[in-house]
Amino acid sequence: SLNRNVLLNNKFTSTTTEKSFNILDGTVDKNSVEFKTNLSSMMETVKELNQHLEKIKLGGGEKLNQKNKQRGKMLARERIDALIDTGSPFLEFSQLAGFDMYGKDEVPAGGIITGIGKIHGQECVIVANDSTVKGGTYFPITVKKHLRAQEIALENNLPCIYLVDSGGANLPRQADVFPDRDHFGRIFYNQANMSSKRIPQIAVVMGSCTAGGAYVPAMADESVIVKGTGTIFLGGPPLVKAATGEVVSAEDLGGADLHCRTSGVTDHYARDDAEALAITRRIVSNLNRKKQPSVTITPVEEPLYPSHELSGIVPSDLKKNFDMRKVIARVVDGSRFDEFKELYGTTLICGFARVHGMPVGIVANNGILFSESALKGAHFIELCNQRGIPLLFLQNITGFMVGKAYESKGIAKDGAKLVMAVATARVPKITVVVGGSFGAGNYGMCGRSYSPRFMYMWPNAKISVMGGEQAASVLAQIQKDNMAKEGKQWPAEEEAAFKKPISDKYEKEGSIYYSSARCWDDGVIEPQDTRSVIALSLSACLNQPINPPENGFGVFRM
Amino acid sequence: RYFSTSTGSITPITKVLIANRGEIACRVMRTAKSKGVKTVAVYSEADKNSLHVSLADESYLIGPPPAKESYLRGDKIIEIAKKSGAQAIHPGYGFLSENSDFADLCEKEGIIFIGPPSDAIRAMGSKSASKDIMIKAGVPTIPGYHGEDQSMDILKKEALKIGYPVLIKAVMGGGGKGMRIVEREEDLEDGVNSSKREAQASFGDSRVLVEKYLVHPRHVEIQVFADKHGNCVHLFERDCSVQRRHQKIIEEAPAPHLSEDLRQKMGSAAVAAAKAVGYVGAGTVEFILSQDGSFFFMEMNTRLQVEHPITEMITKQDLVEWQLKVAESQKLPLEQSDLKIHGHSFEARIYAENPDSDFLPGTGKLAHLSTPTPSSTLRVETGVRQGDEVSVYYDPMIAKLVVWHEDREKALRYLRNSLDEYHIIGLNTNINFLKRLSTHPAFVKGEVETGFIPIHRESLMAPQEPMSNDTIALAAVSLLLKDIASQKTKEDPTSPWSSLIGFRVNHSLKSTVKFDFKDNKLEIPVEYDGKNNFTVTVNGATVQVTDAKLNTQNETVSAHVNGRFYNNIKTVTVKNSLNIFSADGQQYQLEIPSTVLPKGGDAALGSLVSPMPGKVTKIMVNVGDSVKKGQPILLMEAMKMEHTIRSPIDGKVESLPYNVNEIVEEKKTLAVIV
Repeated sequence: SLNRNVLLNNKFTSTTTEKSFNILDGTVDKNSVEFKTNLSSMMETVKELNQHLEKIKLGGGEKLNQKNKQRGKMLARERIDALIDTGSPFLEFSQLAGFDMYGKDEVPAGGIITGIGKIHGQECVIVANDSTVKGGTYFPITVKKHLRAQEIALENNLPCIYLVDSGGANLPRQADVFPDRDHFGRIFYNQANMSSKRIPQIAVVMGSCTAGGAYVPAMADESVIVKGTGTIFLGGPPLVKAATGEVVSAEDLGGADLHCRTSGVTDHYARDDAEALAITRRIVSNLNRKKQPSVTITPVEEPLYPSHELSGIVPSDLKKNFDMRKVIARVVDGSRFDEFKELYGTTLICGFARVHGMPVGIVANNGILFSESALKGAHFIELCNQRGIPLLFLQNITGFMVGKAYESKGIAKDGAKLVMAVATARVPKITVVVGGSFGAGNYGMCGRSYSPRFMYMWPNAKISVMGGEQAASVLAQIQKDNMAKEGKQWPAEEEAAFKKPISDKYEKEGSIYYSSARCWDDGVIEPQDTRSVIALSLSACLNQPINPPENGFGVFRM
Repeated sequence: RYFSTSTGSITPITKVLIANRGEIACRVMRTAKSKGVKTVAVYSEADKNSLHVSLADESYLIGPPPAKESYLRGDKIIEIAKKSGAQAIHPGYGFLSENSDFADLCEKEGIIFIGPPSDAIRAMGSKSASKDIMIKAGVPTIPGYHGEDQSMDILKKEALKIGYPVLIKAVMGGGGKGMRIVEREEDLEDGVNSSKREAQASFGDSRVLVEKYLVHPRHVEIQVFADKHGNCVHLFERDCSVQRRHQKIIEEAPAPHLSEDLRQKMGSAAVAAAKAVGYVGAGTVEFILSQDGSFFFMEMNTRLQVEHPITEMITKQDLVEWQLKVAESQKLPLEQSDLKIHGHSFEARIYAENPDSDFLPGTGKLAHLSTPTPSSTLRVETGVRQGDEVSVYYDPMIAKLVVWHEDREKALRYLRNSLDEYHIIGLNTNINFLKRLSTHPAFVKGEVETGFIPIHRESLMAPQEPMSNDTIALAAVSLLLKDIASQKTKEDPTSPWSSLIGFRVNHSLKSTVKFDFKDNKLEIPVEYDGKNNFTVTVNGATVQVTDAKLNTQNETVSAHVNGRFYNNIKTVTVKNSLNIFSADGQQYQLEIPSTVLPKGGDAALGSLVSPMPGKVTKIMVNVGDSVKKGQPILLMEAMKMEHTIRSPIDGKVESLPYNVNEIVEEKKTLAVIV
């Protein structure tokens, strides 16, 4: 019969063949001069970064670390390692915070270590003061880094563990630390509000908690204090003596015995750091939280191409283009990528993939943004938002196309659609800047202002309103035009001298050492760690349920 | 010889009660079941969850844990036999197996006692009476004093007559209990007293006998079997020379370097011995074999021996089946001429004991237990499973490993390899000692004698091989992997937070794994690469452990270590220790020190701690007494052995928390001396 014929002729897609359907071609010519040049350049960049980080990781330096140990205290990083599960990753944020920001005052890592680690299977945000850095006092950048960690906790619904060991606000810099909205007081505001959202707030007092700092344990849901080193008071012994003449030791004024037995400011009494951290682990084990990822998760596949080749793919000269698919092939599971609108708006790559089994919608630059690319991006982001799929932005963008033809076609309007979609997407967004991040491209590709849950920079990345040379040229052009109006000539060497400081300034301010120091991102990562960092970030995001979009619109075809 | 042709006297046994526990109860049930005989188990409160109970068709509680109140309660056992409809009682070994009163009681109650007639038990139960019977029957016996006059003067005179060294034994004794070797006259009194005390405690009869003590003798015993029709055969010999604490530890059949002529002579002597007492059923005639080939009757064990399986292996017979047949009044299945020796068999007894502290018996939970796979040539005779307890109340034997091969050399190698696959964690065992023993050159050559262990003590007790760097690295990595596996969340099984082991941003995690191993504190730096590869520093050397994988089901770790692949190395954590069975067959227990301060205080200084669970039998001092270092403070009975607890210092007794007859757990303070 007819029906039977239809059935016999029906083609089916074997899952075996389907499996090879979406594999990216990630091959690169490793023997090419280009690859080799890129690789050595990136290795140089990474080496320089690591040299700086090597020093930063020592905190206040060997001498102070030794002194700290002699007091029976563990170092901030040791505390974190002891607190988190054996072998748990620690996704540390903004290691470069405070780098070269305060002249002679060095504040390695901003004087505070923040990151996400797993405790009894539960991912937690950990904020640990490093008392070897300026006594753990809060510089402006310390406050910023602390608040950013809390923001990450809030957005991703992660419990907060504060390992407190701080002299409080840095008094000489009080104006930049104390009064404003996003200053010191915001820490406690956040604690209170997160607690109200059932995000556990746990403080472990492993050193001083003076004045404002006293509110960290006081505002915590549950707190631990270490006998002998942990103290909590609104006014320390010197202040008390000055104010009332009373002479009292720090331990008697606000030690573990006082706060556990008399005042009730703290709940748990620990005899040393190790015990305090063990108690804290027990506290976390009793939080009764369950991670319920609201996405489908598939078995993990390693990419088909090695991650260390990423360093040879990205050119050191950001003006040179490269195929972002070669990067994607080294980041996603099985190098599989189901590309969306492959033939349309080709300077923006969009498509679905998985990282460690978790779904992501990837939006990646592959050239300058045109109207079509922006529209495609907006459409794709709508899809992901509708489906509850987290977004991953791989940035290498010099900006939107300029010129009469494009303006007249309304590129501003189309760019706005992309920016609108990015800004209002309710799914988790993660941004990695693998090259340049310039101009409005930064907005459309989910720069810091668009609140990605996490944002990372490769060591070669640059971020500024435009490239240094362009900025210098723009400013020189304006100057030249003004001079022309006055009928003046501008000698070439004068113009070069005019441009040089501008381009130098952009170069400096666009570098990771400037941007990451100011916590414009969540840290600089080596290209080869990209997959791991994305996976950890994405997994952390899944602690917050992904809710369906609230407005009732469908997906607009752009 | 005559053969009964009457079939009318056969009483079929369709249900048998096993008045025993542990491996022998399981062993008897196995044959019974295979012959379609229903089985009835009895058990004490301590055994309610034990293997023999679960194997039986019916099981009955007979009383509290102490044997006296349970497995020795013949009256109760007979009552249960009647209640359950069992026609026969198999007593196993130990407990009621050589109790003639019980055999009488069975007869009176119309229940078949699977064993010899009570007269035979009684005759062989007394060392001195049995000796007289043997002399009459022409069986060679050892010079000695077996008199009723137990006065110290007489014993001294007799000992002198026999000539030192002499052996003092309990008249009613067996299994080495109450045995003392006395080398010099001045030590005789002490030896006699201590032997009498132990004899009284074990058998309720303090009488002892004195015998010539032979130097370098062997213990060779003959398995005999007799039926009710006057037939009696021997099933060749077993060499059980290698003993510790006068208890057997490894047995083999046939005996090495035993001429066929001597075998025949000993076999005939054993049959003569059995016949002399009208023996029926399975019995063992123990001889002491001197280096010159002369042998003397020692005693007859009127029961199925612990080591009977090796005889079964070399004769291809099932001795429990024989027992059942004989009990049914059937003829012996085979005549002497039908019996042949096939190949060679070894039995190694796996005990909960500590060879390093004079084989002190131990107790505890079998936290982990895995055995070689049984086959037609390998038997694991055991009454315990993983998780079971070796309790203070009964024998600390965990299992018997029985192997067979075509010749002694191969069988011994097979034994050694099988011991490598025997993994026990949770208590001290003699497994490693057995491995040493089975590879000892003298043992390999068959140069066995009863003094084997003391003579070769040094080489047998040599300290354990130090752990190889590879093993240490594997131990460290497996501990990390176990931690990591245990902290995985079910809700998020493929989470990168579990799989990206030790990931750090722009640096690598370095941590130190700490173990306490014997008296050493090991600190092992481990560097993670964020995947499953680790760089481990052991004794200053770098060890690369790559592709490390943990199998949580089998508790094994597999990894490439510096280019060598280690497949399924067993690592098991029990309480605060990691136990690794290395590729070279060693077992190492690594304590995992806590990084956190312990809760509560330590035991007071100067306290004497019980070395094992047991019962306080005597307290020699009072609170407030001044004591000297080495002075006995109290006596403890544990695992049927007496232990003297001595003062470690010159001082004053501050407290004695326990009273006589109180049961003490392990590591409890028995006395505080300051």
